[in-house]
Amino acid sequence: MYRYTDFDAAFVAERNAQFRAQVERRIDGSLTEDEFKPLRLMNGLYLQLHAYMLRVAVPYGTLNSTQMRQLAYIADTWDKGYGHFTTRQNIQFNWPKLRDVPDMLDALAEVQMHAIQTSGNTIRNVTADHFAGAAADEIADPRPVAELIRQWSTDHPEFQFLPRKFKIAVTGSPNDRAVTKAHDIGLRMVRNDAGDPGFEVIVGGGLGRTPMIGKVVRDFLPEADLLPYLEAVVSVWNLLGRRDNKYKSRIKITVHEHGLDDIRARVEERFALLKPAFTGVDQQLLASMKADFAPPAFTDRDTGPFDLAYANDPLFRSWADTNLSAHRAPGYAIAQISLKAHGATPGDATSDQMRLMADLAERYGHDELRVSHEQNIVLPHVHKADLPAIHAALKDAGLATANIGKISDIIACPGMDYCALATARSIPIAQEIATRFDQLKLEHEIGDLKIKISGCINACGHHHVGHIGILGLDRAGVENYQITLGGDHTETAAIGQRTGPGFAADEIVPAIERIVDTYLSERTSAEERFIDTFARVGMTPFKTALYGEADKRAKAA
Amino acid sequence: MPAIFTPKVITANALIEGDVVYLTETDTWSRRLQDAEVLTDEADAQIRLIDASARTDEVVGAYLADVKPGKPGPKPAHFRESYRAKGPSNYPHGKQSEAL
Amino acid sequence: MTVLINDTGFLTEDPTRWIDPEARIDLASDTDPAHLRSMLIGKELVRIAFPSFADGRGFTLARLIRQQGYKGWLRAQGHVIADQYAMVRRSGFDDVEIDDTLAQRQPEDQWLARADWQAHDYQTRLRGIAA
Repeated sequence: MYRYTDFDAAFVAERNAQFRAQVERRIDGSLTEDEFKPLRLMNGLYLQLHAYMLRVAVPYGTLNSTQMRQLAYIADTWDKGYGHFTTRQNIQFNWPKLRDVPDMLDALAEVQMHAIQTSGNTIRNVTADHFAGAAADEIADPRPVAELIRQWSTDHPEFQFLPRKFKIAVTGSPNDRAVTKAHDIGLRMVRNDAGDPGFEVIVGGGLGRTPMIGKVVRDFLPEADLLPYLEAVVSVWNLLGRRDNKYKSRIKITVHEHGLDDIRARVEERFALLKPAFTGVDQQLLASMKADFAPPAFTDRDTGPFDLAYANDPLFRSWADTNLSAHRAPGYAIAQISLKAHGATPGDATSDQMRLMADLAERYGHDELRVSHEQNIVLPHVHKADLPAIHAALKDAGLATANIGKISDIIACPGMDYCALATARSIPIAQEIATRFDQLKLEHEIGDLKIKISGCINACGHHHVGHIGILGLDRAGVENYQITLGGDHTETAAIGQRTGPGFAADEIVPAIERIVDTYLSERTSAEERFIDTFARVGMTPFKTALYGEADKRAKAA
Repeated sequence: MPAIFTPKVITANALIEGDVVYLTETDTWSRRLQDAEVLTDEADAQIRLIDASARTDEVVGAYLADVKPGKPGPKPAHFRESYRAKGPSNYPHGKQSEAL
Repeated sequence: MTVLINDTGFLTEDPTRWIDPEARIDLASDTDPAHLRSMLIGKELVRIAFPSFADGRGFTLARLIRQQGYKGWLRAQGHVIADQYAMVRRSGFDDVEIDDTLAQRQPEDQWLARADWQAHDYQTRLRGIAA
């Protein structure tokens, strides 16, 4: 893992001192609220519905046990004993007081963490494949590059007051687990015909009010050209992006309005001007970051304990079947800890649960944890022989839910239970769906199915790319939920299609049940996933199930 | 014909604590909606809002929220204000947990 | 009236007072970057407007002008707050011009607190030379 240099530590300390002074200057009137707001946002501090909210960066979703324990300490000391892991691999604390926040930031700095640029019109915390460095299908570990981007984007003087937020994601695997096509810039690590490392650069993706799948702006960017090229893209957009309408300010709209070729030409021109400013020092730093992310020393051990538990313990077997993924090292597995216990708030963990996960990572997992954009925690490097002990410990802490990738593994934004921007609640809908399908005992019969819920058009819950997407809206003073089907968050990214009119809060769970029943009766076999059945049969049978034959006839007449 | 002015209260978030507050008749900020002054005259409401918004060392983001007048005090007219007055639905946190 | 600010604090004299009016130019924040080179021929003082502190285009315009080789005086003028002083200097500006009321609200010490803009700068570190 990356360890702060003296430079990083001094930077964060200075930044925290500045923020402490900014809080006092807001209180004494030196800063107006209008001026303070972007300053607090670029330090991760929101003012939400009921309280302030601090969003802490977990760069590219990677943290160690000491850091996880410190998050638990912060939750206990300044919050209500829990934290909320987000779709951008961050963690949010929902109840801090303004004057406590500088102390919370200092506590984070003690373990080499910060909340810088987790909000505001800045380049946000860079995200990456949560299986980075562990996945069997990986070409290269994206985290050294993500760390380089973190350093380049942090406090970049040109990019602190952009037209809008700017999100970058990196993947080192052809199987895209970082949703790169739904980011302002997505980077796919590739090699050219000569075998040189580089990137496919995707620009202008994004969800929100106008969902768009990103477009390839550069087929192959040599590794060494990354920073000047990123700087060129953001620099071009900073001048060209619309500032008159915040719904049209993201780069996806700029690309759409000017056309990909025009943007590409502007970027290449700026890149040519910028490139000489980078003398190659960044590549030396990148080389040392690569060393920081060297794989741990894997050991060759007997997997007997795993095989025994798998054969004899049905609970363990069920968990192993759903929550484990293929690791590159023989005898190892990637284990996902579900933060989606049926009926619980998706992505929430108590401080006790955080400490337990930290202990397990330290004892069995080469001291590494990951936050996934699907709001679960990952132990990326565990030997199979240790999995029965890990599972037993998780079970005692309510963390052994065997549902990764299943219908109750729901992404949900905080929605109107917390968020000032929300138009409806998300969390109770997720809780009810998970509880209902757990009662029906249909979860494993249904198989892989991604439900994603957002409480407003901004789409923090990624509803557009859910196999089943749910969008909560305010319809004439009542919460109303629109359904989309057929969204895809992977390398074959697609935006879901709306089924039709929305549903009231008490109609949404039965509506989801009718969709699932339709899938179960339409699928050719248990091997055909929901998304494949939808691709084959289309919207019609689902529409009929949702709105009935009468509705179809009325529309046809 | 101008739209009928429905009863409103002035609400905001406290600068230091961040929680929801309501403006009372005596120009203090209360944590409870039932203490809020109900404004029924549009011109009066706009003046009261301008004055409340100027109290930037106390609150952030003051605005007028629709209410239904009643006893012992006004009730939220919209679900968003119900949640603000009560707290989140997934945990017993916020105003619903505080002895008010 | 306005106040000029550089690393030494609030200035009592304008260091550019000797520059001819013809060699001065004011640029709006929405200036088309394609026209910059021709607009700046023969200019010795360029003032870039910040109509709002939240309008960050001036930072990119400044860096672009410097990257294109402009060596004259570069001034950020308008609604720039003390918290942006390091960004202004790192983007290539020489000084800042703000109005009196802002200078009263954010007095000299708040600007001097950011006068060490060369320290803790990731850009210098990543480029190996001053950006």
